[in-house]
Amino acid sequence: MKRFLEKAVKWLLTASGFVTSLVILLIIGFLFTEGAGLFREKVIEEGYVLAVHKDNPVKELTAAEIKAVFDEDITRWSELGGPDMEIVTFRLEDADEYFTEEELGAQYEYAAGKIDSLIAATPGMIAFIPESMVEEGAQLNLIEDNAISPAEVLGGSEWFPTATPAPLFGMWPLLAGTLWVSFFAILFALPFGISIAVYMAEVAPERVRNILKPVIELLNGIPSVVYGFFGLIIIVPLLQQVFGLPVGESGLAGSIVLAIMALPTIVTVAEDAMRNCPRALREASLALGASKWQTVSKVVIPSSMSGIASGVVLGIGRAIGETMAVLMVTGNAAVIPHSILEPLRTIPATIAAELGEAPAGGAHYQSLFLLGVILFFITFFINLCVEYISHRNKAKNQ
Amino acid sequence: MNRKKILISVFVAMLAAGSAQAQRVKGSDTLLPLTQELAEDYLEEHPEGEVIVTGGGSGVGIAALMENTTDIAMASRRIKFGEKMKFAEAGLEAREVIVAYDALAVVVNPSNPVTQLTREQLEDIFRGKITNWKEVGGEDRKIVVYSRETSSGTYEFFKESVLDNKNYMSSILSMPATGAIIQSVKQTKGAIGYIGLAYLNRYVKPLAVSYDGGKHYAVPSVETAADGSYPIVRPLYYYYDAAKEQTVSSFISYALSPEGQKSVLEQGFVPVRMEGDGGEAVQR
Repeated sequence: MKRFLEKAVKWLLTASGFVTSLVILLIIGFLFTEGAGLFREKVIEEGYVLAVHKDNPVKELTAAEIKAVFDEDITRWSELGGPDMEIVTFRLEDADEYFTEEELGAQYEYAAGKIDSLIAATPGMIAFIPESMVEEGAQLNLIEDNAISPAEVLGGSEWFPTATPAPLFGMWPLLAGTLWVSFFAILFALPFGISIAVYMAEVAPERVRNILKPVIELLNGIPSVVYGFFGLIIIVPLLQQVFGLPVGESGLAGSIVLAIMALPTIVTVAEDAMRNCPRALREASLALGASKWQTVSKVVIPSSMSGIASGVVLGIGRAIGETMAVLMVTGNAAVIPHSILEPLRTIPATIAAELGEAPAGGAHYQSLFLLGVILFFITFFINLCVEYISHRNKAKNQ
Repeated sequence: MNRKKILISVFVAMLAAGSAQAQRVKGSDTLLPLTQELAEDYLEEHPEGEVIVTGGGSGVGIAALMENTTDIAMASRRIKFGEKMKFAEAGLEAREVIVAYDALAVVVNPSNPVTQLTREQLEDIFRGKITNWKEVGGEDRKIVVYSRETSSGTYEFFKESVLDNKNYMSSILSMPATGAIIQSVKQTKGAIGYIGLAYLNRYVKPLAVSYDGGKHYAVPSVETAADGSYPIVRPLYYYYDAAKEQTVSSFISYALSPEGQKSVLEQGFVPVRMEGDGGEAVQR
């Protein structure tokens, strides 16, 4: 009976290990397949076409050009390599400016023919209409609808995922925002985190440590939305006053909140690593006449470097992946940040804010999965770095 | 082991039975409080029924309708062409009902001396062409523009109505919720943003808006929205599958009844029944 039980437990442990790993791999696989689907999507919204007059020589437009045309930032065809005439944009909603209700029919059954002939009669017109409205033999040209290109997505600097007719998925501002805010968060958290860890492991008397440690660990348990709320109500107005900013929601507010959130992780892991430093090393150092501070800086910290490094990386991971707090305090403006005092938008905040409404399976939805893939690669890269650092340190110590 | 199995199957059976009778309503967070109120009142009249109301956003509701995980989808925007195509592919036919109208108020910090703007000025402000309050008759202060997230039906509607379908500027500050916009406008002197009429409070100042180039300005309120003088008004929809009309019709007709429309008014929305000519124009 006992042997059977032991076997069962062993079997159960093995199975749970395999199942968990498999599930994680499946999740990653899912992330990748959904994300890669973006590059199979067309530039122009599904089910629609862009139609122009048949004599118009312009055959191709990039997503950015389409947006500029429909925002009336580009107003002449000559700017797009066409003849020198004015661009007239047409959306389905504009139909009632050109036609009366009777002309379109009660069920809009004549709309397609009317609109097709309108485009054929107006040389400068570009029309954004459903594919089904282009009738056979209509005298129009359709703008070629290419697949979304990786260069436009990864290098593009405009994030307009819901723009019509052509959404823009430039991810560079989001990536820059994420790295920028995490970088400053770690810059703030690292010196504080390490010094608190050294204080708790080496300097503080037992009684103080017994109070301090649970308090810092408690910080880890506060929900991130509470930090975000705190940031929005306290830090944002404070920054606004101190720096005289027109707007307080900024990268700096985000980094400060993230730094506070990353602190407990860095402190607890680093402190544990330092306390686990072998007693023999410490005693040998003291026996050789080194002072307490010399022992800490020359023996304890170097020997627990790998632990400290993993604490730092866990902190960075927390900062990069943090969603809710950043969503509330950074202002979420999708522009490439030039200073830390400007509003910016991070990848996790974008995913959280937009996934709820993105039509499942559409280009917007897939672009959010692609952002997830990018985030995955960032943390993966950081983990590799840590692995390398701690491995090198171990090799040196032995 | 056997007992566990029995328990589980009983539980599953209960779930199945429950969902067979219950009407599930899911979708827009704008409509959520109103629909909850309507559901409660409806259940008082029809104690044998069951209505389960959940939020998640307009897109979520419509997607759920497609997957048959809800019976009614609440939406603060019209169903998109792509979504309609997917319905057709799945062999479903989406029916729409307008249950209420919602007016959007453009709000600024109470210390801002500007009281009214035209649609053209609003368009230029939200598109980043006007960046200082002195260009529209205010103080020499930078304009800080707040918007909702792209996922929000409010965002789409404001873009359609005020920006004439053009895109917002890319440096716009997008906030995850109406509450966050109010908080930010309250603490930022140069701020401008938009919120639903029901959310107006004394911490923010609504602007009078004109859609005819400055001839007539109207301050947002339920009355001005209902008589059509306030222009930024949008319909709020319920969507359901035509095949399920039987199941959902009694709840929907309650929502459209005088009692239902009274709750609409109490929740700060504009009732469908009170609509004059203005509503028709919005309905397009």
